[in-house]
Amino acid sequence: MTVLRLGPWSVRLSPRGVAAAAAMTVVGVAVSLVALSTGEYTVPIPDIVTSVFGRGTPAAELIVGKLRAPRVVTGLLVGAAFGLSGAILQSLTRNPLGSPDFLGFTAGASTGGIVAVVMGGSAWQIAAGSLLGCVASAALVYGLSFRGGVQSYRLVLVGIGVGAVLVSVDWYLLTRANIHDAASAGAWITGSLSGRGWEHAIPVACALLLLLPVCALVSRPLRMMEMGDDSARAAGIRVEPVRAAAIAAGVLLCGVATAAAGPVIFVAMAAPQLARRLSRSPGVTMAASALMGAVLLVAADLAAQRLFAPVQLPVGIMTAGIGGTYLVFTLRKERR
Amino acid sequence: MRLYGSGLTLSYDQRVVATGLDVTIPDGSFTVIIGPNACGKSTTLRALARMLKPRAGAVHLDGSVITSLPSKEVARRLGLLPQSSIVPDGITVADLVGRGRYPHQRLMRQWSKQDEVAVASAMEATGVTELAERCVDELSGGQRQRVWLAMALAQETPILLLDEPTTFLDIAHQIEVLDLCADLHERGRTLVAVLHDLNQACRYATHLIVMREGRIVAEGDPTEIVTAELVQEVFDLRCEIIEDPQSGTPMIVPEARRRTRATA
Repeated sequence: MTVLRLGPWSVRLSPRGVAAAAAMTVVGVAVSLVALSTGEYTVPIPDIVTSVFGRGTPAAELIVGKLRAPRVVTGLLVGAAFGLSGAILQSLTRNPLGSPDFLGFTAGASTGGIVAVVMGGSAWQIAAGSLLGCVASAALVYGLSFRGGVQSYRLVLVGIGVGAVLVSVDWYLLTRANIHDAASAGAWITGSLSGRGWEHAIPVACALLLLLPVCALVSRPLRMMEMGDDSARAAGIRVEPVRAAAIAAGVLLCGVATAAAGPVIFVAMAAPQLARRLSRSPGVTMAASALMGAVLLVAADLAAQRLFAPVQLPVGIMTAGIGGTYLVFTLRKERR
Repeated sequence: MRLYGSGLTLSYDQRVVATGLDVTIPDGSFTVIIGPNACGKSTTLRALARMLKPRAGAVHLDGSVITSLPSKEVARRLGLLPQSSIVPDGITVADLVGRGRYPHQRLMRQWSKQDEVAVASAMEATGVTELAERCVDELSGGQRQRVWLAMALAQETPILLLDEPTTFLDIAHQIEVLDLCADLHERGRTLVAVLHDLNQACRYATHLIVMREGRIVAEGDPTEIVTAELVQEVFDLRCEIIEDPQSGTPMIVPEARRRTRATA
């Protein structure tokens, strides 16, 4: 641990953590540049820079400014939101399986979104539906797990159960819907960044702007709470309000991210754990998880677009594939 | 008195553990609370440490009701070593001990010079300095308990409560932890511990609180209060009290039902 001091202020950083954050930033920028520059029509990287400042060729401006940039930015923001959400919830549950994917929150968001799709809702209504679905499922899972307090394993088990029920509701809705709606709902539930515009990126950006201070405030108390509620209380932490604020932030981040990109699975689970290994930090950390989430999602989206070109896969298929592999790997390694 | 509870009714959900309990911790004492299982000793300690909200009555710290004080302020005066804590994955000893400094820190003042000094001296007092860079997961039970104790010490509170600090330790490590507690007490801290072993309690306590069924049956200097009658009354155990050959404190020798080995 290295301490940075400036007058009365001091911040503690681990050199390894700083190096990991720098590496993730570099990779994130590189992947973003590749995603902006390549595709059916290649825009050289210098032209990307000029078109960002509105001095590029009209074609480059259209392709980069209107098509690729919003997609990349949405990917970065959604990935960061999923990473943060996963970090908060895994820290609260003290369990790598305590991510929104397993707690049933992502499933709730999917169901909410599908309901809106099947009812013929607009893009905004689908987004609202998934946000509502996420919050409602979180309330349900929390309520069902509550028995004078909430225990981590019960939360995960109830979450898996609620998630399974919601998946069956999804399928019921899909079989009842007309073919056109079912097709668009099917595309939506895998989670995709294709066709995302600034109207998708901006709400996520606003939500992050609002919720980042909350994350910063709860991050140190959460780290203390990983040692148990008694230890945290003994250190002067008011456990209940911190837990309530953290859950609210975790659920909203997951809901907002899902509203923008659909339920992209496993980013929230894998990002905090990968970030933890990379920065060798004890427990999950917020900033590293957000960075890792952003990098993972844009990289997965780039791979989904290019790997099987000209076939364009939704990014959710890619993250499910990577995340599933990672999960098997984790369980094999860590089951003691 | 800096720390006392008056008229405490303590309960978990519906189960009432104690009613109208008055408990006072003498300043500068090494108080040990003892009693049979489920007598409410840990519950009482948890109430004193504000882990459990009394249904009636109040715990007072330095003249104020403890719940009316800002909780970080309380944490700078009163520390607790809980019965069980969770070791975060992959944390080093120095990092864990450093977390004890939380009540002295802020978001923008994460690590002061005092933090550095407090952590170093807490590790030194508990003899874990040479383990500083080791992962806590790799340590033995005894070493781990010393690390938790170091974390509680780093909090630098004049009053420290310990909930069964010797449970799960073998006899040598139990004595090690208790000797450490005695050292801390000698250096001026007020200590309150819940213990299971009556002989250890008599040896280390300057003030003994004996509980049964949520009531305090006796309290005071162990040499003055511990008698065969008291042990019979509190633990339903027939015994003989002799003088501990090492410390001169009362030592409980339970009555033997059979003497087969002795007569052989």
